[in-house]
Amino acid sequence: MDFNATIIGQTIAMAFFVWFCMKYIWPPLTAALDERAAKIEEGLAAGEKAIAAQAEAEKTAEKFIDEARHQAQDIIDNANKRASSIVDEAKTDAIKERERQLTAAKSEIEQEINRAKSELRGQVSAIALSSAEKILQREIDASAHNELLNKLAAEI
Amino acid sequence: MAAAEQGARTTSQYIEHHLQNLQVCRVDGEWAWNQCQGNFWTLNVDSMFWAVALGFVFLIMFRSVAKRSTAGVPTRFQAAVEAVVHFVDASVKDGFHAKSNLIAPLALTIFVWVFLMNLMDLVPVDWIPLLAEKIGIPYMKVVPTTDVNVTFAMSIVVFLLTIYYSLKVKGAWGFSKEFWAHPIAPPSSGIGLLFAPLVIAFNIILETVAFVAKPLSLSLRLFGNLYAGELIFILIALIGLWQLPLHFGWAVFHLLVVVLQAFVFMMLTIVYLGLAHEHH
Repeated sequence: MDFNATIIGQTIAMAFFVWFCMKYIWPPLTAALDERAAKIEEGLAAGEKAIAAQAEAEKTAEKFIDEARHQAQDIIDNANKRASSIVDEAKTDAIKERERQLTAAKSEIEQEINRAKSELRGQVSAIALSSAEKILQREIDASAHNELLNKLAAEI
Repeated sequence: MAAAEQGARTTSQYIEHHLQNLQVCRVDGEWAWNQCQGNFWTLNVDSMFWAVALGFVFLIMFRSVAKRSTAGVPTRFQAAVEAVVHFVDASVKDGFHAKSNLIAPLALTIFVWVFLMNLMDLVPVDWIPLLAEKIGIPYMKVVPTTDVNVTFAMSIVVFLLTIYYSLKVKGAWGFSKEFWAHPIAPPSSGIGLLFAPLVIAFNIILETVAFVAKPLSLSLRLFGNLYAGELIFILIALIGLWQLPLHFGWAVFHLLVVVLQAFVFMMLTIVYLGLAHEHH
């Protein structure tokens, strides 16, 4: 363990190495490290923000879906209402039509009956007249009693 | 490997040979190799060579990364280097609260450089010396930190920086107060004033010892650990075939010492310089 000039040599070497490190190694390395740390921090913050934005978007989407669901429900309800009202209308129309046709048929039948009655009346009076004619031909002048006979036919 | 050599050398010669630096000095105007006992103007060529070479390994390794470093995705090697830088940076931020452009690079240099120098201890003790002998170099000590000159030089640099920053931050008066006003505050009034010189003398002796002990312990701790480790590797290398498991075991244990001592040297450097920056 003897001291010698190696101490001086080593001191100079160390001074040089430290100087070189201070000048050309430490600053760029720490600068890069700091920059990367900042970048990572930024990235993490951006990620967090993106997550929040996604949650927000999901909420918005849900709102839209809800609205759409409500609208669809409304549309269905309206359609149902409309359909039932159409059916009701059709029903009342049908009932009216039926009544209308019924009354028309009834009046036609009545007319037919009346026509048949008057025809019958005519025929009966004619038959009665002819039979009376036959009976009275010998006794009654047709012309003298015509007035009476017409009265009879009208009564019948 | 030792067996063949033992034919030519005794055990103690073998050990001595391994612990001898390759030295050069001027004797009578000529370069003399390994005849420099007691001459201060001697250079331990092997220590200097390996220290500087490993220092350049550090510079080239880290500079190559620093040049290409970007904030993008790092390569594996870049990540490894940056991990070391980050580790040192965190240590500095822990132990040093003032602002300084020097302290962090200093700590990084010390940590990596000392680590690399310590790591040479894991190269089997005979490999490089035998190779050197083959090409005509008689001595070759490959672990610079087992040379007390190397560790002392580094602790002296730290010591000088401590003094420089103490003077810069606290001023000459403030710095001197650390010696005579601590740890016992001298009485400043009344009858106690009589004892003030005594207290001051006591403080100065205590603080001076403590102050000088810092660089001394810093360098001797590193030197002692590595020197002892190296010596045990040499002793293990002497015992023949059984050295293999023993060597492995000691190497594994020594791996801890290698990293730990580098870390301790760096950490204490940070602490000492941090104290130099602190106001009382």
